[in-house]
Amino acid sequence: MALNERRLIRAEADFGIATKLWRVSWVYILLLCMLAGVGYVALFSAAGGAAEPYAAKHILRFGFGLMLMVAIAMVDIRIIAKMSWLAYASGVALLVLVLRMGHVGKGAQRWIDFGGTLWQPSEWMKLALVLALAHWFHKASWERMGNPLFLLPPIIALLVPVGLILKEPNLGTAVICAVVGGVVFLGAGVRWWKVLIVVGAIVVVAPIAYEHLHDYQRSRIDNFLYPERDPLGTGYNIIQSRIALGSGGMWGKGFLQGTQGHLNFLPEKQTDFIFAIYAEEFGLVGGLALIGLLAAIIGGGIVIGVRCRHQYGRLLALGISTNFFMYVFVNIAMVTGSIPVGGVPLPLVSHGGSAMIMVMIGMGLLMSVHVHRDVEFEEHRDDP
Amino acid sequence: MRREGKRNGVFTRRALLIGGAQLAGLGWLGSRLYQVQVEEGARYSTLAEANRISSRLIAPPRGRLLDRFGAVIAGNRQNWRALLIAEQAADASASVEAFARFIPLTDAERNRIERELRRHRRFIPVVLREFLSWEEMARIEVNAPELPGVLVDVGTTRQYPLGPQMAHIIGYVAPPNEADVAGDTMLALPGMRVGRGGMERTHDEVLRGRAGAVQLEVNAVGRVIRELDRQEGTQGRDVTLTIDAELQASVLGRLGDESASAVVLDARNGEVLAMATNPSFDPSLFNSGVSQAQWVEWTNNRRAPLINKAASGLYAPGSTFKMVVALAGLEAKAVTVNDRVNCPGYMDFGDRRYHCWSKGGHGNVDLRGALKNSCDVYFYEVARRTGIDKIAAMSSRFGLGTKLAVDLPGTRQGFVPTRAWRASQGKAWNIGDTIVCGIGQGYIQLSPLALATMTARLATGRAVEPHLTRAIGGMAGAGARAEDWPSIGLPERLLSQIRDGMWAVVNEQQGTATVARLDIPGVQMSGKTGSVQVRNVTREQREKGFKSENLPWELRPHALFVGFAPHDAPRYALALVVEHGNAGSATAAPIARDIMQDVLRRDPARRNEAPPRVAGRS
Repeated sequence: MALNERRLIRAEADFGIATKLWRVSWVYILLLCMLAGVGYVALFSAAGGAAEPYAAKHILRFGFGLMLMVAIAMVDIRIIAKMSWLAYASGVALLVLVLRMGHVGKGAQRWIDFGGTLWQPSEWMKLALVLALAHWFHKASWERMGNPLFLLPPIIALLVPVGLILKEPNLGTAVICAVVGGVVFLGAGVRWWKVLIVVGAIVVVAPIAYEHLHDYQRSRIDNFLYPERDPLGTGYNIIQSRIALGSGGMWGKGFLQGTQGHLNFLPEKQTDFIFAIYAEEFGLVGGLALIGLLAAIIGGGIVIGVRCRHQYGRLLALGISTNFFMYVFVNIAMVTGSIPVGGVPLPLVSHGGSAMIMVMIGMGLLMSVHVHRDVEFEEHRDDP
Repeated sequence: MRREGKRNGVFTRRALLIGGAQLAGLGWLGSRLYQVQVEEGARYSTLAEANRISSRLIAPPRGRLLDRFGAVIAGNRQNWRALLIAEQAADASASVEAFARFIPLTDAERNRIERELRRHRRFIPVVLREFLSWEEMARIEVNAPELPGVLVDVGTTRQYPLGPQMAHIIGYVAPPNEADVAGDTMLALPGMRVGRGGMERTHDEVLRGRAGAVQLEVNAVGRVIRELDRQEGTQGRDVTLTIDAELQASVLGRLGDESASAVVLDARNGEVLAMATNPSFDPSLFNSGVSQAQWVEWTNNRRAPLINKAASGLYAPGSTFKMVVALAGLEAKAVTVNDRVNCPGYMDFGDRRYHCWSKGGHGNVDLRGALKNSCDVYFYEVARRTGIDKIAAMSSRFGLGTKLAVDLPGTRQGFVPTRAWRASQGKAWNIGDTIVCGIGQGYIQLSPLALATMTARLATGRAVEPHLTRAIGGMAGAGARAEDWPSIGLPERLLSQIRDGMWAVVNEQQGTATVARLDIPGVQMSGKTGSVQVRNVTREQREKGFKSENLPWELRPHALFVGFAPHDAPRYALALVVEHGNAGSATAAPIARDIMQDVLRRDPARRNEAPPRVAGRS
């Protein structure tokens, strides 16, 4: 009974801000700062050895994002849980809005103008989906998990945003969204084969949705799937990116010693291809070190989930970490020419304000899970 | 608590598993990085520090236009040119200045270079000067150290070996404008051209091809040391046209100095074997730039060399329209084959008198006689009985005044009036207008291409559409066989009556075009002449014994001829318009005879019966 007693005490001691700040994982925040620091260095180099126009802004945004993150971490996880479906609804509404009146950029209608910055609602949607799914499975008893009817609503909740993102069309983000959602299903204890059915269903539905797209939309998708169709666009970037990586070799050319001239070919060197700039100057050693840092951040997020004492927090942490992982994986795989170009930035390293804010909101939610890992959080009401 | 513990356990297990999978994914990325940076990186690491890799895009050669037997109508030739890559020059405008010291540039050229330097990305080369001579190239190479970023390379430029013969069919190519470049970045490459007219425009995307890229190792001054990697672009595909280039040349030759145009169709499938317009121009002049003086000469020339008269020139069809009028009357049962009309040389209707071309009249004529002698009064009467709307409806079945599915840009549709059209102008239709339409005058305006289509449809009874594309990249489309074309829905009985009349025009005593009788044993042409006034003849002139030969050139009537051969098994259809040629029978018919004889002797449609390959439907 000692355990129960401890929980009771915790529940009553609705601890204050100071306690919460004490419980924030400052080590984790240090890791994030290191990552942003790598971003500063790489962007400094991308500008040809100057803080302007990328690096200074980058660090400023990160500072703002950090404050936002800590502020979100202070919010009680139970309050966040209550707003899960609100967040989900807003995400879907924004996706519908962007389809109706969003900006067409980089070949797809996926941007929305807010406060002079272009935002991708699909980024917000991924977080909101994790929130909503975590909330749903939080109140699920082990028995109900076995009931297919109980699984139907979250499956629909997954398919709606995936379908909307697919229609933009943004196949890459749609797939990432489906994978992140699927991982939350798995973490909730849904059987592997059931998750496979959901993923299988998406595999079946996606081509049908694809058929329903207009021809011009289809050609956008084709351009995504087959960038070699456009040798001057994306395929060209890949060639340049690989030259940069290859010429970096084992130890790299050294800070600011990268042959910038080559990368002038890269119109997006400060965003999607920042890793190429970094790895040219710091070589394989630097690249592996960065991957190690990213691994620590992803692994740390999953550990936060494992240490959490309520299902909501566990699933939230798992989903957010997986989302972060997907960014990293797709971006580096793209830069090394392992998968087609996806237009996915490297989180906290690539230049770009709205993406960074979204990453930091996710980190704030993750940290809130960590801060409130032991709170009394009523689960599956119907259980005896 | 038990269940809670179980759920927690499952989560922990799975989270660690998923986390493990993610770490494995990152590990794989690390190995990829090793592969790209260290293993494949060896390829790049051999490069000295001072050397750089420069990537260049290579413009694909434009696809060729070929005639039906594979003769080159539009090809490419080598073009040595000086390029400037801004990225490789410390100061691009300084390089331009230095270049101008060795090879003087005009102000217009400087403006263009500055504009392109601003507009294009820094690694896209900008053309400084094209069509360099050996001497100029030597001057550039010798002074290379003073010209950072400047290089000489060889590209291709468009060449039209047949020159003016094909000008109106080929159209021309020109450097792309900003809108083109926005649509396809490849067009920013030097030497790329966009089809602006004719078949160059119709098949522009097919001919264009896809750009390749080449990676070069260059030293500090930008000299190429060696080529590292090359991704070949895809050459534009060749397009085979239906034209027979030799026939085209021969037809054009027969038109002589006349301002004239002629179209020869394969009557069974609508393939355009020849489409000649005289006078013509040299299309390659557009590629390198047309001088002001040349332009003024072309636009002021009253024979309009830039206009494709065969497809875009519109003329009243005159008597060549009479077959359509007759068929409209026969189908509407307004007249039968044996009905006779008395022609005293004129017809009075309302308060107007409508003259026949023959002052003395033709007496009692039936359909065959009226066609043979081109009796105007007969057709005035048929048109009056039939009504304009039925004539217009019949016209459109013969491709007249309707949109033809021809693949040549700039083709004009022509016009056949209807009551509804007149009403839309707020005016009532006069029966008098119908009467003049009966002899193809009045509001009717048609192109020689449309008349050739009409003739082919008369000859075969099928709704063939004229077209100039035979195959793309060696793959033929549908439409090569007669069975590919639907029937125009007229009974053979009626059509053969008309063909019989047309046969009499050429092959019977007193026909209006006996001069067009073929000099080939056993093969006969059927046809119809036409002469259309471009001004009204007054009663006073008529009484004085008016002779159009005495008029100034631009007031003389146009001379027309349409015909098909062989009469028994129609294979070729022909339409010919000689502007201000006076009379169809005197001017147009002999030319038509020579052209048709030439066509039959060459027999281009029979020489390669089957098109190369039929494109598979996937």
